[in-house]
Amino acid sequence: MADVKVEAKDFNLFYGDFQALKHINFKAEEHTITAFIGPSGCGKSTLLRSFNRMNDLIDGVRTTGTTLVNGISVYDKAVNVDELRKQVGMVFQKPNPFPKSIFENVAYGLRVNGVRDKHLIEERVVTSIQQAALWDEVKDKLKKSANALSGGQQQRLCIARALAIEPSVILMDEPASALDPISTAKIEELIYELKQRYTIIIVTHNMQQAARVSDYTAFFYLGELIEHDETKTIFTNPKSLQTQNYITGRFG
Amino acid sequence: MTIRKLSEKLAVGVLFSSSTVTTLAVLFIIFFLFRSGIGLFNDSSVEPHYTLVVHKNNPIDHLTSQALMAIFDGHTTNWSEVGGKDLPIELVTIDEIASQYDEAALGESLEGVPACVEDYMAHNEQAIGFFDATFVPADFSGKHLVLPKISLADFFLGRSWYPTAVPAAQFGVLPLVMGTLWVTFLAILIALPIGLIAAIYLSEIADERMRKVLKPVIELLAGIPSVVYGFFGLVVLVPFIQRLFGLPVGETALAGSLILAIMALPTIITIAEDAIRSTPVSLKEASLALGATHWQSIRLVILPYARSGIMAAFILGIGRAIGETMAVLMVTGNAAVMPSTFLEPVRTIPATIAAELGEAPFGGTHFKALFTLGIILFVITFLINTAVELIKPKKP
Repeated sequence: MADVKVEAKDFNLFYGDFQALKHINFKAEEHTITAFIGPSGCGKSTLLRSFNRMNDLIDGVRTTGTTLVNGISVYDKAVNVDELRKQVGMVFQKPNPFPKSIFENVAYGLRVNGVRDKHLIEERVVTSIQQAALWDEVKDKLKKSANALSGGQQQRLCIARALAIEPSVILMDEPASALDPISTAKIEELIYELKQRYTIIIVTHNMQQAARVSDYTAFFYLGELIEHDETKTIFTNPKSLQTQNYITGRFG
Repeated sequence: MTIRKLSEKLAVGVLFSSSTVTTLAVLFIIFFLFRSGIGLFNDSSVEPHYTLVVHKNNPIDHLTSQALMAIFDGHTTNWSEVGGKDLPIELVTIDEIASQYDEAALGESLEGVPACVEDYMAHNEQAIGFFDATFVPADFSGKHLVLPKISLADFFLGRSWYPTAVPAAQFGVLPLVMGTLWVTFLAILIALPIGLIAAIYLSEIADERMRKVLKPVIELLAGIPSVVYGFFGLVVLVPFIQRLFGLPVGETALAGSLILAIMALPTIITIAEDAIRSTPVSLKEASLALGATHWQSIRLVILPYARSGIMAAFILGIGRAIGETMAVLMVTGNAAVMPSTFLEPVRTIPATIAAELGEAPFGGTHFKALFTLGIILFVITFLINTAVELIKPKKP
């Protein structure tokens, strides 16, 4: 059995009085892609953000139970959040490159983590952009502003930026929802490639996307993890009626 | 139906006329300012109806305002110093004439004065006379000096501001402009770092409760009348500065700058905070998700993003400080001299206008000079506002 990279153990999360996640138990193994699906407000993004504590930015968030990344308890008081986030790359719903050059966008994560060696930075920037399948399109304009790229290119740049810090886990929050079909296809292809090296969790509203790219699928509903199984099983033979209703489009 | 249409028409009319009236009022004020101020440069610096006369053998035809002032203040005592013969200068006014001639010669209702002036000036080659024009006879044997005109160079580069000097007023605005710039510059130097730090604290670090307390307090600062600031400065700050530096007077440029800094802070903090807050959450998240600390995110992502807004805050803060009148008038000591340290009294442009307009004769040269100062101030603030418009982040 492969290593468990991402885990949740009886994890509960509250926004004030509202319980957004209820007793979540979840595991993702190394070099797999897990898709989180479910209707809006079901807690899938909240759980995703609980693996690198991006929920900390919101006032009044409370948690019980634990989430673990690489076996480290994420919400442990002794954990250094900044160190933790270096192990977890994140790609957001809307492309959010910094208003800096393409090169500086990718180098940013290295610089804030104290990498000073110019050659190392250059090397990592180039490999990251190559891994994100963006190299051929931007190799001649690394000094140009990232804002000049198209939406799909920007999103791949954001993926390159996440790869540069060499995380072991990559969290993707609807990474293709703001993109056109061609860009979406490129991103999906890229996600599939990245599986060789990383453990990926992707939140998506697109059933076909979940079916195409993921090895495992987890279905969430009203803050609960209803069903978590191999993608093939979820889409062909779900155990729960709610899952079946959702993937066949009867609600959500 | 018709009533509704009518009331809508009426509403449109009211909206249109109020905005038109506002625009016209602004234009009218600017027009008034320029009309009153621009006439200065055709005027003579010598009071109207007065004249300057010398002996007919005196080679001097005209003297500058500065030279006249030097002569009448006793700094210049020999004609050779202003390019004439080697003769000591003798100042003659109506008082000299009155003491040299007896009442019979002067006449009961001063009708003999012109003859006395003619007689005295004809016999004293070294004399320069400054008289009411009616006291100089029409067939005067000596020379009338060409009265000095106020030139642009005198006005903008002159280093002395003596608007009521006799015989020739001095309108050199350089000390006032420099005073304004010095006081404003130091004020911004003080307010800028404090304002930026406060804005960062309020927008990024303070929690909701803290902000709910601090924000209204800072905004309250903007609502305090400037005379209250001035009073505070006069009673608290001025004696403090005097004691701290062991000065003869505490009314200094420094006191003005400190008061202005406090007054500019709300502007700077509010606008800079808005700018910092306008940084998209997605950028902050991207930075944090890459393992950057909060402080790194502020320094490397948030501040660069908010840069133009922060610049606008500073420039508006300068604008606030440069036009401030009352508080500065009360604490800077108002000596119209070129500033050399921050621990000396200075006088700013707005303070000069406020202090002197009441005693300047309506429509006179001094009056016009004050309006010209107003134009200078207007141009400075206009440039500042234009600069803000240019660098302000464009709203999509």
